[in-house]
Amino acid sequence: MAEANVSSDATVRLRVDGLAKSYGTGDKAKVVIEDLTFTVNAGEMVCIVGPSGVGKTTLLKCLAGLQPATRGQASIDGRTISGPPPEMALVFQDYNRSLMPWLTVRKNLMLPLRHLRLPAAEAKERCDSALEAVGLSHAEHQYPWQLSGGMQQRVAIARALAYRPEILIMDEPFASVDAQTRFDLEDLCLKIRQDFGMTILVVTHDIDEAVYLSDRVVVLGSKPAKVLKIVDVDLPAPRDQITTRSLPEFARQRTDVLSLIKRPA
Amino acid sequence: MNRKAVNWSLGVGAPLLLVALWWTLSSTSTNTFFPPLSIILERFQALWLFDHFTSDVLLSLRNLLLGYALATVIGVGLGFIIALVPVARWVLDPLIHFFRGIPPVALVPIFISLIGFGVEMRLLSITLAALFPTLIATVDGIRSVDSGLKDVSAVYRLTRREKMVQVYLPAAGPHIASGMQVSLQVAFIVMIASEMLGSSQGIGAMTLLAQQSFMISDMWAGILLLGIIGFAANLLFEIIKNKVLAWYVGSKRLARTA
Repeated sequence: MAEANVSSDATVRLRVDGLAKSYGTGDKAKVVIEDLTFTVNAGEMVCIVGPSGVGKTTLLKCLAGLQPATRGQASIDGRTISGPPPEMALVFQDYNRSLMPWLTVRKNLMLPLRHLRLPAAEAKERCDSALEAVGLSHAEHQYPWQLSGGMQQRVAIARALAYRPEILIMDEPFASVDAQTRFDLEDLCLKIRQDFGMTILVVTHDIDEAVYLSDRVVVLGSKPAKVLKIVDVDLPAPRDQITTRSLPEFARQRTDVLSLIKRPA
Repeated sequence: MNRKAVNWSLGVGAPLLLVALWWTLSSTSTNTFFPPLSIILERFQALWLFDHFTSDVLLSLRNLLLGYALATVIGVGLGFIIALVPVARWVLDPLIHFFRGIPPVALVPIFISLIGFGVEMRLLSITLAALFPTLIATVDGIRSVDSGLKDVSAVYRLTRREKMVQVYLPAAGPHIASGMQVSLQVAFIVMIASEMLGSSQGIGAMTLLAQQSFMISDMWAGILLLGIIGFAANLLFEIIKNKVLAWYVGSKRLARTA
């Protein structure tokens, strides 16, 4: 049952097992995900890549418990996900539609924390450190719509950080920001994993980004979505936008992934 | 900045100019139906400041405010239920669209025959008429809450109550406010109509009575007061709205200039 390329001593946190999702029933059913199986280990950074429209967002919605799977299941620590799991936070692709425009940056961060009924001092400390981690301490009293796209996405990430999830899932989080911001946010992700020891799953259509960030890349093929291959990325540990990306090993890995995706089905 | 100052002075200056024009043109008027403004203002002072102030003006305003407040609370509450409970929606939707099709003033005679000429009749008329714009706007507002915000609320496991108060209500706020503004105007109209049709008290009743007793200056004084109240009520509403929905006003302004 276990994946061949998972080292035996790693603990599996997130397991996706024969997951399928279709909309509608009978003849009209539209199969979005056919059969997905993969695992994410504790403290691991895994990227899911695949052509756009392959059903990546649908997969994340199933993982986040926002939609039920049609067949198979996803589980955290062996418990089947049937609703939004308490140990998980999700950063959506569209920051425009995920931040509350009537709340200032700080209050956006506080919204999920109020639900957790934390002592005021701890909530404040979590907000402060999350804002500092994304470099937005100066913008805490501004409204999201007063900020640039990249800053808004950082607010959404900070909100997830302040929530202190054990598992962080991100849906094409950097799709709509400029290249420089994108690099900054990628490094922010790596830093988060190091500082907070989170298990992180990122969906992206950018192969370079997937290779740069991940310990493993899950390559999805279309349509309906299925796992083509799970690629181990063996790039040295402190990754760097310039040196890591210029390694011959980086080029080889991204070519591997790219040829998998480009290959006609 | 300078342009803003010019706009402001135009906004304040134009009405003042019109009043001045009215004053001078009517000063020598001998037409019974268009008495000089000076006489109207004299009657205005005699009637409203403060002879009939408590007995009629305050009474009208109290009915307006109470009826409007009730309509808002019921409208928003019922709007939430209709938008979020499918069964309620199927049952109530056609009813609402039928009742809102009836001009509110037309309901007043029915209420008079059902519950008489009392304060209750006027209050009920105002409440019922003002209910629909707020109710319909609330339903629209909640149905159009972005699915992204709903997903966020679900992922962070907000309770039903937290979702209502902290997500749905503010997200639907701009819709609800436009509904409430229409409700305010309707409440005002029905306040006057209910007094004219079924009462001997209140500004509307006094104005109609003045007209029927051929006290034309008194009638004009009543109209003047109604105009001032309507204007003030709307201004007050705008001020409060801009304060409560500052985030919305600000984001719209930014979107326009960007």
